[in-house]
Amino acid sequence: MNPADFEFISSLILSRSGLVLTPDKSYLLESRLMPVARKHGLKGLEDLIETVRSRKEEALIVEITEAMTTNESFFFRDTKPFDLLRDEVLPPILDKRSSNKRLRIWCAAASSGQEPYSIAIVLKELGARLAGWNIEIIGTDISKDILTKAEKGQYSQFEVQRGMPIQLLLKYFDKVDENWIVKPEIKNMVTFKYWNLLDDLKNLGGFDIVFCRNVLIYFDAETKGRVLEGVSKLMPDDGMMFLGGAETVLGVSDKFKPVSGQRGVYARA
Amino acid sequence: MNRMIGSIMHININSWKEDFITMKTCLIVDDSKVIRMVARKILQELEFETEEAADGQIALDACNASMPDAVLLDWNMPVMDGITFLRELRKAPGGDKPIVIFCTTENDLDHIQEAMNVGANEYIMKPFDSDIIQAKFQQVGLI
Repeated sequence: MNPADFEFISSLILSRSGLVLTPDKSYLLESRLMPVARKHGLKGLEDLIETVRSRKEEALIVEITEAMTTNESFFFRDTKPFDLLRDEVLPPILDKRSSNKRLRIWCAAASSGQEPYSIAIVLKELGARLAGWNIEIIGTDISKDILTKAEKGQYSQFEVQRGMPIQLLLKYFDKVDENWIVKPEIKNMVTFKYWNLLDDLKNLGGFDIVFCRNVLIYFDAETKGRVLEGVSKLMPDDGMMFLGGAETVLGVSDKFKPVSGQRGVYARA
Repeated sequence: MNRMIGSIMHININSWKEDFITMKTCLIVDDSKVIRMVARKILQELEFETEEAADGQIALDACNASMPDAVLLDWNMPVMDGITFLRELRKAPGGDKPIVIFCTTENDLDHIQEAMNVGANEYIMKPFDSDIIQAKFQQVGLI
């Protein structure tokens, strides 16, 4: 992004929200605004910024501001899905795979890593039950910069306090100066990959459980359907998917059906 | 504007609630008046009834008079510090009941571990914001 564009968009966001965007945080522009650009049929950030400049459309400016000011990702975001994972979703899947002891989980919008690391901690907390298992958690995102942050597994004091219980923080993080770094035993469970959900998903391999939370909201209905169909092809018949609290498959895809009594959890249809 | 709407709604909800159910109580213990005010605003938004204490001794007296559901507890204070308060609280009759969340600038492992050993339920490292308070209160089941 050229300096003039950065200056324009950061002062717009500042005037609208008070959010100060320094150049070292420019990765946030990419990760937050690319979905907005795509939703409006624009190729990239440059086109988005050009559109705002020329049309000054209030609705678009509001959308941009909201995308930028949404809170940084939380560990164990919304809490409940991670309880459901541990108590309802994992047990039958682990039973069925007890002979080959292989489990693959995909976070389709890994962002700065909070979700895949939270999942890794849930699995680690199961302890002896998963001894000898080959567990892979794959986190993908469309922003290379944010994936670099995710891979580092380093979080500020402010970031770790958004959702990480203190006991788990002590157990699974190392404190280095004022930052907290995910311990190797957790980091080693997670692999990050650059991937666009609109691209062919086949080469990602198969997944028993998919976290696809709060990412479909950026797509139109037809694209949502196409992405979900692609996701379903990566999953075995007993595979399970998590969507965000405000998302649904109803009227969007017939490849999944909601699991009753487990909000946000979907089974293959 | 949001804040204005929030506070108007808050008054309505509170007056309604007092008629039907008892609100959860939180004792805010901090020697800084500013911190107490910030914490009070956040906790009232979360629909807690709040009480304040400027040091551990005042807090202990308040607890012995009536045990709160939760205590948000600073570490470094005059007269009696937070860790001494917590030790005394856990020895007092009914003192095992309140959920205690430290809220302090002490952010090294030794301090955190000591607090947890003495019986803290959660630990917030300052500075904090309403998201952090809310997330921590959720984790310990207060909301």
